[in-house]
Amino acid sequence: MKKLATLATAAVMAASPVLADLVFPSLSYRTGPYAANGIPFADGYADYFTLLNERDGGIGGVPIRMVECETGYNTEKGVECYESTKGEGALVYQPLSTGITYQLIPKASADGIPVHSMGYGRTSAANGKVFEWIFNYPANYWNGASHVVNHILEENGGDVTGKKIALVYHNSAYGKEPIRTLEELSKKHGFELSLIPVDHPGQEQKSQWLQIRRERPDYVTMWGWGVMNQVAIQEAANIRFPMENFIGIWWSASENDVLPAGDGANGYKALAMNSTGSDFPIYGDLQKYVVDAGKAAGAGDQLGTVLYNRGMYAAMLAAEAAKKAQEIHGVGDITPAMMRDGMEALEITAAGMEALGLPNFGPEFAVSCDNHGGPGLGAVQQWDAAAGKWSLITEFGPSDSDVINALIEEDSAAYAAENSLTPRDCS
Amino acid sequence: MGAQFYYTIEVFLNGLMAGVMYALVALGFVLIFKSSGIFNYAQGVMALFAAQTLVGIQTGLVPFSHLINAALGTDVHHFGWHIPGILSILLTTLVMIGFAWVVIKLVLKPLAGQEPIILFMATIGLAYFMEGFGDLMWGSDIKKLDVGLPQGGNFAIEEATASLGGPDFYGFYLDNLDIWAAVIATLLVVALTLFSQYTATGRALRAVADDHQAALSVGINLEKIWVVVWGVAGFVALVAGIMWGSKLGVQFSLSLIALKALPVLMLGGFTSIPGAIVGGLIIGVGEKLFEFAIGPMIGGATENWFAYVLALIFLVFRPQGLFGDKIIERV
Repeated sequence: MKKLATLATAAVMAASPVLADLVFPSLSYRTGPYAANGIPFADGYADYFTLLNERDGGIGGVPIRMVECETGYNTEKGVECYESTKGEGALVYQPLSTGITYQLIPKASADGIPVHSMGYGRTSAANGKVFEWIFNYPANYWNGASHVVNHILEENGGDVTGKKIALVYHNSAYGKEPIRTLEELSKKHGFELSLIPVDHPGQEQKSQWLQIRRERPDYVTMWGWGVMNQVAIQEAANIRFPMENFIGIWWSASENDVLPAGDGANGYKALAMNSTGSDFPIYGDLQKYVVDAGKAAGAGDQLGTVLYNRGMYAAMLAAEAAKKAQEIHGVGDITPAMMRDGMEALEITAAGMEALGLPNFGPEFAVSCDNHGGPGLGAVQQWDAAAGKWSLITEFGPSDSDVINALIEEDSAAYAAENSLTPRDCS
Repeated sequence: MGAQFYYTIEVFLNGLMAGVMYALVALGFVLIFKSSGIFNYAQGVMALFAAQTLVGIQTGLVPFSHLINAALGTDVHHFGWHIPGILSILLTTLVMIGFAWVVIKLVLKPLAGQEPIILFMATIGLAYFMEGFGDLMWGSDIKKLDVGLPQGGNFAIEEATASLGGPDFYGFYLDNLDIWAAVIATLLVVALTLFSQYTATGRALRAVADDHQAALSVGINLEKIWVVVWGVAGFVALVAGIMWGSKLGVQFSLSLIALKALPVLMLGGFTSIPGAIVGGLIIGVGEKLFEFAIGPMIGGATENWFAYVLALIFLVFRPQGLFGDKIIERV
């Protein structure tokens, strides 16, 4: 009888469709003013998961189901996407917008679904004791501000006393993120900081660049997005600002930002949280299993671009966290809570990246209970207009943790107080 | 005179140049509103579509290539040609005239006689349709637009004026593209004036603008006039698209330049071509001087909202705008 029951169960399992899957929502924006940036990121995110399904049968033998929802980079639509997809068993959200991230932090925390805002969102979410469900590894905006200053320090023999640095920023929560850090770093290193806001969307920046021409800062750094980046780079070229002294954050760092300015953009620098180009073994597999098989998310023409690589990197980090969760809990079909455990135990090593076909693609880092932001490593890339490509010109280096950790503690403590949260004990 | 004085003049001059760029967008709105009473919400998207089409034709992009490739399993993206700028502009103008004809036939003619608000809403629908249609046709990637217009600061002016304001003054900065925009806008206004004053179609257009019913009663073909007006507005959108597209690259945000035209229209009036020009200049100079003088004291980024404040002030005292027709409703 027992044998019969076992056989019956096996028969039912064999006849039933495989119900278990790993759901990764993609809050993408393929339409609207930021579509040109949203498309390559979304393609990279989707193509990596497609590759894992086609080549490896998913993660740990469990197939991946990616649920894409169009936000148009609009916060309200982003929240709607979250609400409409969370019931499908979403394991982790990558909101791809600071505004959406801010809205999802309390919701996802209450629902017990992790959020990964990779290089954007609320910087102090790096404090895992307060933000149990939110992660922002491998680097955040404050790390970015410090990387800019570190690069300038390096170029000036470690002394920037009396130098002028101007911050041209999108006049929004996103653009204002680095101000506090830059102010602290200005006090520490003795440079003069000038703040130059640009209103959304930023098509007209004549006043800002006339101001820069008058004030003659030694360096300009930019926190821009979309058309603001292209106009700023064009205007900088117009006033003959030395492009090698113009350094953008990683969201002002794509081919889209520099190509419209043509040769004028040559030498422009920007930060990077992962490597550039398509000279990695994984691209052979992407071509074979995804593009040539007609399964690419887009037209298959974005492979190797900065934002495609970043989307792919985000998917890789999500997949590696899911693997870690499966390993910790000993099951293939993980829950969002298990995924959170996997994210918190994530360790990215050089050997691991090499095994994935992505040698030296990003920095080595580890996440922990109290540190959801990783060590905040970043590099600098530079645009070569003649070759039409970005190249990393520095190694992935550290940021000023003395300044940043204090700011993270302060901001996350304020969040905890506002929301009556008791920080977790991570000891 | 100190450097600050000369920098104020520099800001004033750049305000004038920015004003010309705003006026180029506003002109398209005025042409259509004047002849048909329709506030064309799609004017900004028309500039985007015209610029996308221009780059597509010039660089030999295959229209709807993603759709074709997905449906037929092909891999075609380019025809492999590169057409000179002037010829591309002419071909794009023909496309915009064709577009005008389609809009009149499919949208405006069936809605003839409806309330202006209905026609306005139809143009909202048209704008969203064109946004998607343009992306589907030419792709949503950012394209470089190059029809040979010079870019960058005019260094002859800069060097010639560098000695004016002492060591802290670096000479007047004027963008070559803005100087060209001013010349082109002047030629455009002269051409539009000559067209409306000295051609039969232009006179018919003015008659329609003055009184639709009276124009119809003397045998003027309203549909033909509308095609002409939308065609001319399409050409003006193309000119605006070229000037702004050279600056920003051809991308979705080009459609948002309409936001820059609204305060110009409020100030200059919806029915006056000189009003669009003068309104543009006042808005351009006003917002730039305010940002220069007051902006640093209040955190900067004042231009977007100050343009509307300036327009509202004019609106309070002159609701029809500086040069607009006075609205008289008789009981």
